[in-house]
Amino acid sequence: MDLLLDSLFNGVAIGSVLLVAALGLAIVFGLMGVINLAHGELMMLGAYTTYVTQLIFKIPILKPFYNSYIIVSIFLAFIVSGVVGILLEKTIIRKLYGSPLETLLATWGVSLILQQFVRSVPLAYGTGLVISLIIGLFLPSTFPLKIKESINFKYFKFSSWILAALTGVLTGSVISSTVSKLSRASARNVDVTAPSWMRGQVEILGTAFPKTRLMIIVITLISVIAITLFLNQSAWGMRIRAVTQNRQMSDCLGISTEKVDIITFGIGSGLAGVAGVAVSLLGSVGPNVGGNYIVGCFMVVVLGGVGNLLGTVLASFGIGIMTDLIGAGRLLSIWPNMPLPLSNTINFFATTSMARVMIFALIVIFLQFKPTGLFPQKGRMVEN
Amino acid sequence: MRISRRILAGLATASLAVTATSCGGGGTSGSFDDTVTVGILHSLSGTMAISESTLVDTEKMAIEEINAAGGVTVGGKSYKIEYIVEDGASDWPTFAEKSKKLIDQDGVPVVFGGWTSASRKAMLPVYESKDAFLYYPIQYEAQECSNNIFYTGATPNQQSEPATDFMYKRSPAAGGDFFLVGSDYVFPRTSNTITKAQVKQLGGKVVGEDYLPLGNTEVAPIISKIKKALPEGGIIINTLNGDQNVAFFKQIQDAGITPSSGYYVMNYSIAEEEISTIGPEFLEGHYGAWNYMMSIDTPASKKFAKSFKERWGADRVVADPQESAYNMVYLWKQAVEDAGTFDDNAVREALVGQKFDAPQGPVEVMPNHHLSQTVRIGEINAEGGFTILEETGVVLPQAWNQKHPSSKGFACDWTDPSKGEKYKL
Repeated sequence: MDLLLDSLFNGVAIGSVLLVAALGLAIVFGLMGVINLAHGELMMLGAYTTYVTQLIFKIPILKPFYNSYIIVSIFLAFIVSGVVGILLEKTIIRKLYGSPLETLLATWGVSLILQQFVRSVPLAYGTGLVISLIIGLFLPSTFPLKIKESINFKYFKFSSWILAALTGVLTGSVISSTVSKLSRASARNVDVTAPSWMRGQVEILGTAFPKTRLMIIVITLISVIAITLFLNQSAWGMRIRAVTQNRQMSDCLGISTEKVDIITFGIGSGLAGVAGVAVSLLGSVGPNVGGNYIVGCFMVVVLGGVGNLLGTVLASFGIGIMTDLIGAGRLLSIWPNMPLPLSNTINFFATTSMARVMIFALIVIFLQFKPTGLFPQKGRMVEN
Repeated sequence: MRISRRILAGLATASLAVTATSCGGGGTSGSFDDTVTVGILHSLSGTMAISESTLVDTEKMAIEEINAAGGVTVGGKSYKIEYIVEDGASDWPTFAEKSKKLIDQDGVPVVFGGWTSASRKAMLPVYESKDAFLYYPIQYEAQECSNNIFYTGATPNQQSEPATDFMYKRSPAAGGDFFLVGSDYVFPRTSNTITKAQVKQLGGKVVGEDYLPLGNTEVAPIISKIKKALPEGGIIINTLNGDQNVAFFKQIQDAGITPSSGYYVMNYSIAEEEISTIGPEFLEGHYGAWNYMMSIDTPASKKFAKSFKERWGADRVVADPQESAYNMVYLWKQAVEDAGTFDDNAVREALVGQKFDAPQGPVEVMPNHHLSQTVRIGEINAEGGFTILEETGVVLPQAWNQKHPSSKGFACDWTDPSKGEKYKL
């Protein structure tokens, strides 16, 4: 029982990291069909947001609230990655819908740019830049309708961008003068330290569980529930699903597909940011942090069935549990007296590297029989 | 502790000159008869840039110190050392390509470079075919002895062997079982083969071993294995690389694998630089083994740390790889002066037997092109440094490890033409 619980927990813990990382991709790749290789770098931005938030909460005024910085950073990371995602969609991806190869190359280029950006720009000014992007993109939409429809709207838009740039520069220099760690560019990996209430273990049913892992599981669950509710219950969720199934028909019926694309991509990117927060709790934060997850993300989405959230959930927990079963050699402790050749084989695969090989092999075999994944898209899909 | 008077005098003038120039605000305009250009080849971009750029900083510092003390004197003429820095870009074929460029195009007499074993293995054929000379400053897995490479880092018997001995005999977990964790590449695998043989000789038991693929930070399966194999605590030998250490230490602490519950981790890749990245709060109470530690309380060590901080910023630290890089520049200078020429073969002959009063203490070049060094075991403290617990005497380097089954009974000696790269003892 103890063993089972331990194994199940480990599997769920590994799976939830995969799931939270793949969730955004499941939306962007699954619903929109965009192969976004910069997904990992959007995660990285989320992880850096956590780091910056942590340091800002060390400023004397905010110090009393230090313990809650991780909660705040989840929302901030969602916004930061979401905004960068929206910008990416507006400037690059929009022009490349329907040409997967070009999208792949372009987003790969973006991922390199983002990596180099955090290496060579001081984080304080990076924060300033993101703040001006947020203001510049969202301020015009808060204007009253009268201004929006006026002929001079472009001047309003232009002046709001100037305001945004000024605010960005100002916040950048304020942050860089108050937090010295953010004032210099550095390629060095940085470290997010979980607040004290999140460190150590809790005991449930006689087994000790690390708190950070539980936190990641909670973040993942909340994201999955929120995104499911959004897609199935809200008006925009219905529009997104409509556009996914038949873009032209939706367009004819008056759904603004352009807006739908922006929202879908923004949410997918925002979720990548949330994943970045989760990942920053496990390891260090550096320019390459997202790149380590991107292959795993695509693997989960393909295995689960493109365009199906339930499939993504099951696939990531499946992979998580298999990783633990194979990698930690669990079968040997469940069945200690198995025949020698079998136990030798299991021992051979019971290392982290070999477990990965085994799991990839199993996935390849599985996809031979079910090429569309666990839950293939059913119903009438109009392909272009 | 025999240090030649000439070197001491040289060091004294060096330190005098350094103070003099730092007061004058840099810009040495000493009169030199000529210049000599050396090559520096490390990664300035890519994954390894973070680590390797510290070596470039240290080598530049050593060169400037030597220049400030009058440069290199060869045949009565004083030479100012100039350098060309090339970027290996964390890409191993690039290291080979840039080596060719430095040797053929720039005609440098020596290249100081490399960090990863992969980069060294890529450069080795270039230096051997062109009969040029590479100085390599990193502690590594040994099992190599080239006539064209000079290794100033520790071999396993100058780092992991004394460390394993300490863990098994004198650490708080003495007599306990061993669990080996490493990144999945050549250094951890070779190092662990040696450790396993040694633990067996000592009468201990290795109860588990696992390797994390480079770039992977999911440590959960390894943690459950450690807990299963060492339920009551024990010794963990860690050869993980770079930021995988951050994931490892964060997650084992959350899982309750800490010194206070009887688990002690001995690290071979964590120096002062890495401690500050990982955070001392995760590492306190664990161990490290190096030849040089910043906390060594000798004038030479303090001076080394002080001049580095003065030059590159007060928040910078010095660590073992940097000390090796510093030593190799000085050893090259001494060998050139003794040989009276920059010619490879003469310098190579003059190099063996060179002694230098390094920040770690005296070192001497051995006939197998490695250094005799002192080994220190330190406990990581809350300030992010090491509290030195033990210090061996001078340990001679073994290019071919005597505990590794494939090299037992072999040695290397380049001073005797009948022995060479690998001969039977």
